[in-house]
Amino acid sequence: MTRFRVAIHIVPRRGILDPQGKAVTDALHSLGFSHVGDVRVGRFLVVDVEAASADAARSAAKDMCDKLLANPVTEDYEIAAVEQT
Amino acid sequence: MKAGIVRFPGSNCDEDAYRAVVDILGQDAVYLWHKDHDLQGADLIILPGGFSYGDYLRAGAIARFSPIMREVVAFARRGGPILAICNGFQIACEAGLLPGALLRNASLRFVSAPVHLRVESIGTRFTSQYHVDQVLRVPIAHGDGRYTADADTLERLEGEGHVVFRYVDAHGAPTLDANPNGSQRNIAGIVNAAGNVLGMMPHPERAMERALGSTDGIALFSSVFDSLLSGVPA
Repeated sequence: MTRFRVAIHIVPRRGILDPQGKAVTDALHSLGFSHVGDVRVGRFLVVDVEAASADAARSAAKDMCDKLLANPVTEDYEIAAVEQT
Repeated sequence: MKAGIVRFPGSNCDEDAYRAVVDILGQDAVYLWHKDHDLQGADLIILPGGFSYGDYLRAGAIARFSPIMREVVAFARRGGPILAICNGFQIACEAGLLPGALLRNASLRFVSAPVHLRVESIGTRFTSQYHVDQVLRVPIAHGDGRYTADADTLERLEGEGHVVFRYVDAHGAPTLDANPNGSQRNIAGIVNAAGNVLGMMPHPERAMERALGSTDGIALFSSVFDSLLSGVPA
């Protein structure tokens, strides 16, 4: 078994009102970043896991997202990186 | 009849629920510790308000995996009645007992205030002692109460009469201003398809005594206890 570090992005699903993202968008606009279209605020998780391979670590992380880390009703997730540590 | 009130680390409306059941309704109640596996013969399960597990990750997401929840879900599958209030509603959604999810209030603010609710359905074992379109005054106290579900789920809830309470103004109109958290269609409370699980963000257990400003919650508790006493199947 090898240790891997898996990075996971979880964001509110597009089409679902994200008031935090809206507040950040408005603040950026008021700072003059007028070219900013849309911001969504989510979570970034770093999970250390032991697995036989990078693919196995990725697969385990997806399973964690499906069962706990992301809400299947309102959120989307992405396994952003899998690194051997 | 006996209510089992689940205590998670961070529950804070458990004693309010106990008082509603025991002191106001004159029924029995027992606290159920989240690490236990025994519902102690409860006829009704109450998932109370609070901030179970600090609302870490998402409200209700961790509580769902408490040992007691395995028994609570099995109880629900057998048709046992579950009253899920505030954080309890969030937990029930996370546990898949109810459809949808409760997200951060659209205002991004925690709201603690009395609100008006309209009774949308009296065909449930929780609302039989209200009348349709009755306007109730019940407090809310939450930061994550924006009910959200996909379009198909909303249509099904509406079509099958599973929306039980809606946020309204004092005249019973479901206006934008009367919606304290941005819930879709002003939804404040729903039942599952089988009708035995009620989830609601407002706190009926805090509307049981004149000294608290409202007694509009009493009919909810007496509806469900009467349904138990008369042996109404779920």
